[in-house]
Parts: sequence; C-alpha cells; structure tokens
Amino acid sequence: MAKRFLFLLRRGPYDGLWTKECLDMLLTAAAFDQQVTVLFSDDGVFQLMSGQRPRGAGQRPFATFLGALSFYDVDALFVEMESLQERGLKVEQLVLPVQLVARNDVAALLDEQDVLVSC
Amino acid sequence: MKFAIQVNGSVFGSEAGDSAYQFIRAAIERGHEIVRVFFYHEGAYQGMAQVSPPDDEPNPVKRWSELVHECGTDLVICISAAQRRGLLDGHGDLQSGEAPVGRVAPGFRIGGLGQWVDACIRADRVLIFRP
Repeated sequence: MAKRFLFLLRRGPYDGLWTKECLDMLLTAAAFDQQVTVLFSDDGVFQLMSGQRPRGAGQRPFATFLGALSFYDVDALFVEMESLQERGLKVEQLVLPVQLVARNDVAALLDEQDVLVSC
Repeated sequence: MKFAIQVNGSVFGSEAGDSAYQFIRAAIERGHEIVRVFFYHEGAYQGMAQVSPPDDEPNPVKRWSELVHECGTDLVICISAAQRRGLLDGHGDLQSGEAPVGRVAPGFRIGGLGQWVDACIRADRVLIFRP
C-alpha cells in the first residue's frame, strides 16, 4: 500500500550535496509508487527560481534537475507563500507550476502525511 | 512498533548519530523493532572502519558494529552518498550488500535509496536524525 510522503525542502539550491541528495531520495520514493508531496519553504523556494546561472565548473542550474519531478509524476508541489514574499519573489518567477500554501495552513498539510522528511 | 531510522550526521560533526543510537537501544530494550537504519548524506561516515579516535575516547563506529553483533540490526550505508564522498574503494556488490573490503566497518552493508523507501513502507514510524 502506498504511503503519503512529504518532503519539506528548506535549503537553497547550491548548499553542497544536500539538496541534490534530497531530490534523489524524493524521486526514489516516487519511483516506488509512493504518494509524494513536495513543500518548498524558507530558502528552498530559491530551488524553483528561473534564470539560475551557477558559476561553478560544470554546475547545472538546479531547476533543471527539478524537471525530473514530472517524469516521476510528482505534481503535488507546494510553496509556502510567506517564504516567497519574504524573499521578494513572485510565483511567475518559478520554473514549475506550484500551489501556494499559507504558513498558517502548513501544519494541516503536514498532518495529512504518513512520512515527513525535512531536507 | 516498527521503526525506520535515517541518520544524516557524520561521526563527530553532530549529535545525530549518538541520538539515533540511544533511541535505537531504548526502543529495542522496550521490545520495539528497528526495521532498518539507513545512513544518508554525511551519515555515510558513521560506518567507516578507518575512524579511530584515541583509545580513551568513545568510538561511535565500533558501537554500531556491536549493535549489529548483539541485536542483528540492519545497518545500511547509502552507496551513492558514500561514493560521492570518496568513502568506497570499489563498488562492492549491491545485490548482496557486500561492502568493499577494508572500508566499511563490520556489520554494516551498503545499499541504495530503494532500501530506505522499503524500510519506510514496512515501518509504523519513520525517524530522521539530522545535524
């Protein structure tokens, strides 16, 4: 039976290996036909920003990795509204279609899950 | 109750490994089951045989090995996390979980993220110990 996993992505896109490894974990859960929800909050919202141009040698914009989400049918993507606002970002600047969730409603979203992974 | 545990901190870099160990011991003592302990991110360092602090200091790696010896707990180091950090000599054998000789401490095996998801599916509770 599929479980409901929520991955809470809170770190910026170029924070060492961490963010990429969290994405790998999330995609593995999806590949095992689990019900996967993703919530971007805090600096995690920067992962979704369009126009990323990292300068590191051979480094790819993190947003290109997020393209794999649709390949694995992960389409329950949420962004915490206040995290965007606090960073002066607008939903139009994000590379994927997301649902906005108010900070006050995050607890209810987490409550619906079986497994919470804070990244 | 069945627990799946993930450990994300390195050996001496945080309390993550120690807290996980204490929890696991207490849970087993009270009759709970540990489905699997999965070492991910910097947690991959928790199973490195070369960790050798001075004799009068605790050795967390050795303690994990003793846990396997005493309780048969399934300790799995994520192969991709370990390879990214240069912790494995070769590739080992993912099918059998056999670790590359000399690098991985006794009792640990290597495995993929699928084993983490599998443990989550089989467990009643999932706990993650992170730095």
